[in-house]
Amino acid sequence: MQLATTCRGKAKVTVSIASALALTFVLMLLAPTAKPASPRSEAGINERYLSPIEMALSPDGHLLYVVCQASDELRVVELASGKIVSTVSVGHVPRGIVLSPDGRHIYVTNAWSDTVSLIDATTLRVVRTLPTGFEPTGIVCDRSGVTLYIANRLSSDISVIDVNTGQEIKRLLAGRGASYLALSADGKWIYGTHIYPNAGAFRTQPNSEITVIDTARQAVVERKRLNNVAGVFHVALSVDGKLGVAAQLRPKNLIPLAHVEHGWAFGDSLSLFGDDVGGTVQVPIDELDRYYALPWGVAITPDKSKMFVTTAGSESVTVIDVRKLLDFAHTRRQPLTSNLANDLSASANYVTARIPVGRNPRGALLSPDGTRLYVANRLDDNISVIDTSSVKVISTIDLGGPKTVNALRRGEQLFFTADYAFQGQFGCANCHLDATIDGLQWDLEPDGFGKDIVDNRSLENLAGTEPFKWNGSNPDMPTECGPRTEKFFYRSQSYNPQELTDLVTFVYSLPYRPNRYRLANGELTPAQERGKAIFERTKYKNGHPIPEKNQCAYCHSGPKYTNQQQVDVGTGKSTDRSPVIDVPQLPNVAYSAPYLHDGSARSLEEIWTVFNPKDTHGVSNDLTKDELNDLIEYLKTL
Amino acid sequence: MKMTPRIWFATLAMIIVVSLATAQDMPRFRWENFTTANGLPDNHVFCVVVDGNRIWAGTENGLGLYENGTWKVFRPSDGLAHRAVLSLAVDKRTGDLWVGTMGGLSRISAGRIDNFTQLNSGLSNDIVYGVGVQGDFVWVATAAGASRLNTRTGQWALFNERNTPMYEIWTYAVSPAEDKVYYAVWGGGVLEYDVKTEHWKDYNDPDGETELVLMKDQGLIHEITTSVSYVNKILWVATYFGASRYDGRYWHNFLQKDSGLPSNFLNQIKAVDSNRAWFSTDKGLAYYDGSNWAVYRPALDTHKPEMLVRDAEGTVKKIVVQTAPAHNYILGVDFQGDDLWVATAKGLSHGLRQHSSTKDDSTEAAQAVRARKLTQKR
Repeated sequence: MQLATTCRGKAKVTVSIASALALTFVLMLLAPTAKPASPRSEAGINERYLSPIEMALSPDGHLLYVVCQASDELRVVELASGKIVSTVSVGHVPRGIVLSPDGRHIYVTNAWSDTVSLIDATTLRVVRTLPTGFEPTGIVCDRSGVTLYIANRLSSDISVIDVNTGQEIKRLLAGRGASYLALSADGKWIYGTHIYPNAGAFRTQPNSEITVIDTARQAVVERKRLNNVAGVFHVALSVDGKLGVAAQLRPKNLIPLAHVEHGWAFGDSLSLFGDDVGGTVQVPIDELDRYYALPWGVAITPDKSKMFVTTAGSESVTVIDVRKLLDFAHTRRQPLTSNLANDLSASANYVTARIPVGRNPRGALLSPDGTRLYVANRLDDNISVIDTSSVKVISTIDLGGPKTVNALRRGEQLFFTADYAFQGQFGCANCHLDATIDGLQWDLEPDGFGKDIVDNRSLENLAGTEPFKWNGSNPDMPTECGPRTEKFFYRSQSYNPQELTDLVTFVYSLPYRPNRYRLANGELTPAQERGKAIFERTKYKNGHPIPEKNQCAYCHSGPKYTNQQQVDVGTGKSTDRSPVIDVPQLPNVAYSAPYLHDGSARSLEEIWTVFNPKDTHGVSNDLTKDELNDLIEYLKTL
Repeated sequence: MKMTPRIWFATLAMIIVVSLATAQDMPRFRWENFTTANGLPDNHVFCVVVDGNRIWAGTENGLGLYENGTWKVFRPSDGLAHRAVLSLAVDKRTGDLWVGTMGGLSRISAGRIDNFTQLNSGLSNDIVYGVGVQGDFVWVATAAGASRLNTRTGQWALFNERNTPMYEIWTYAVSPAEDKVYYAVWGGGVLEYDVKTEHWKDYNDPDGETELVLMKDQGLIHEITTSVSYVNKILWVATYFGASRYDGRYWHNFLQKDSGLPSNFLNQIKAVDSNRAWFSTDKGLAYYDGSNWAVYRPALDTHKPEMLVRDAEGTVKKIVVQTAPAHNYILGVDFQGDDLWVATAKGLSHGLRQHSSTKDDSTEAAQAVRARKLTQKR
């Protein structure tokens, strides 16, 4: 089955293919527990896409280094010709790139290998690979060229690595989901952002931070609090160091999502900081009736006249007049600072253009002279080159990815676009950031304020975990992604059958992230072994049998550690319409805090120390603290 | 050899010179005291730690940060785990402060406070008497055993009667180093953790749990240990019944009756190096330089500032001073260069080291007056 597509614009599929996929969808509806065919087994599905995500320029500006996330490569583009001149294999799921100040070395973070590849810029060979924290993402190199700073998304910290020795000197505490870093022009400060909000009290506004590192001390010296902000993406600084900007999401997760119709699901905005603004000011980039979802990459021109923001869900680049922005911020910040980011009429004062680019635009990189902006279109495998004067795309660099767009890729494109939602407000990837979670609890359904609060669940390796939703009311993924999405989320057009099948194919294809708590040899540590015995025990410590349904391994059974049933384990709240909860899968449970269906348990410990007073969610009250710790150590290995 | 008058006078002169030298050489301080009157959160100061120009004071009612001449206070309303702060440790590499409280362990990192409790984390107990940082590990002494947090992985390890020779689980203080980690176990002696072998070993009073000292210098002075300080591979231990020093082979015990210790009741011990240490007792702050002793306190009877120097021969001299720590009951000390910061039962004291031997007491007195005026002005 060959899928015919155009390389730009929406995928077009032959009628026969569409029919076949529609049939597949119908069959799935008829047999709710059936799983879609393994995407890898379909003809034409084994394409190896590139998914360019970040870029860097050689010091002379002749070469563009492009990090290709899906192909585990660094592709080198000669800008004069637009040709790929080299391809360097790096680690798994590369995410970040930086050059040494002298341009002789290229450093690429490998998110799923927990390493950074050191590449000789002359020979374009990986000369060393150094360990980092969990899921390294953003990276900067200090002015001396000696020290690397790497934001580790899963361990929520920043590795400080001495390039000469290859040793990690120390690990600095960051916010949750540390992901992007920017070095000030004078080299004195590093600013870090985070894609998940910091832990907070249940049902309170999320907050994040911009972590400020003093490079002389190699220590965090400030945390700029970002109120009512969850996902924060790239951060950039003006050359004079007086203006900083971070792209961010302001979620409205405390109110029912029915308010999508009223424009309040997400606010796409920027945090401005630095001497030019004084303090931190949040400003929107949305318009009254149109949203620019998932602001991701940011860049400020050297003359500080313009700011560019890629909107990953809206396939565009937002252009901002910096002078107008600052004038507006100064005029409006008092006494309306807290409300400014919610004033959707504001952007008309400083947004001067929206430039259409490719699908899922991520990294934004300016040429040193500021005349060209390069945008990595992650799901089109190409780079848009924008003339910053005319603010138009003047060329597109094809990175040499597959020329066909298969079902998996189409599904991925659907997952990351906000095109289907009312006014383009958001897409799947708004809550499932980079196809993971967002660390938030949502009031999804129009059942009244504060009813049925649900925590965002992981999407990793979902096949075999049906049904879906915390109450288990969606029997299969087509229902989860189709009518539910249309009804409760988008309140706009929904997917046609073929699109839905593509989307489901993509969602089901999402693999487990590497588990960092298992030993390399596959064995368990003594603590994990003891925890396993507790997880699998059938008797109380006094020897009496534990009722089968109250044994951990009864509900959390099978390869995904779920029996796919719905049970009342006493964790329901008075605000829940029913205390019956779908048994969640457990693999990689360590990464998905907070816990329980409503996210009320901030840690794995609290599931039992706070929310299991009557031993209804497994038997835990006869455990010592040591034993509970052992159980948790085991759960982290699943 | 017959001692001629000349030799006799020479010897006497030498003794006098040495004695005077001892008195002159022992560190002297001008004390500035902080109380709630000038911003300290509470006068009951349990602990103090110095981080460059920042002084952190843990009190019964909040954590105080003294910086640039002003106090900032952290309490539960600011995010701290509990208002009673029992222990403090600075991670010198990151600048993060670890705060042991009566309601869990707090980490203050560039203004952000994260709390670890027995409910939300693997911490064994919320009463955190001691905390120390070594590399990526945070070692915690709690009322229910020892806990260790791996800050890179977030994993906790608990050490108690199940997996160590800890027959009491009331761990009171911890002193981690690259090779060894020592715990003072209140009523259980000292526990040693070998970082390389990951094995635990206990050190106990050879006299048992008695207050008798039958076997002096043959082991730990007493089981009720309150503090450990491991510096340059020398272990110093404070107990409620004297102090001990252990070099890995030999023990030496310090008692009030045969040393310069003003009391056998010790709250803290903090070593400077292999031979020098500071002792926080209920009857003043004591310093030992390897042979001589000094005590700093308000006099027990008159409450006037007092400094006593005891030389190796046991001769005690009283040095006239104009200032003293805020109270006799000393709970902790930390160093700021040559200066001292001292936690007492009635305030926090800053001992400013006086280096010039020509500086007379009137000068000190004048400085003290100026300091008081400055403090009042603040």
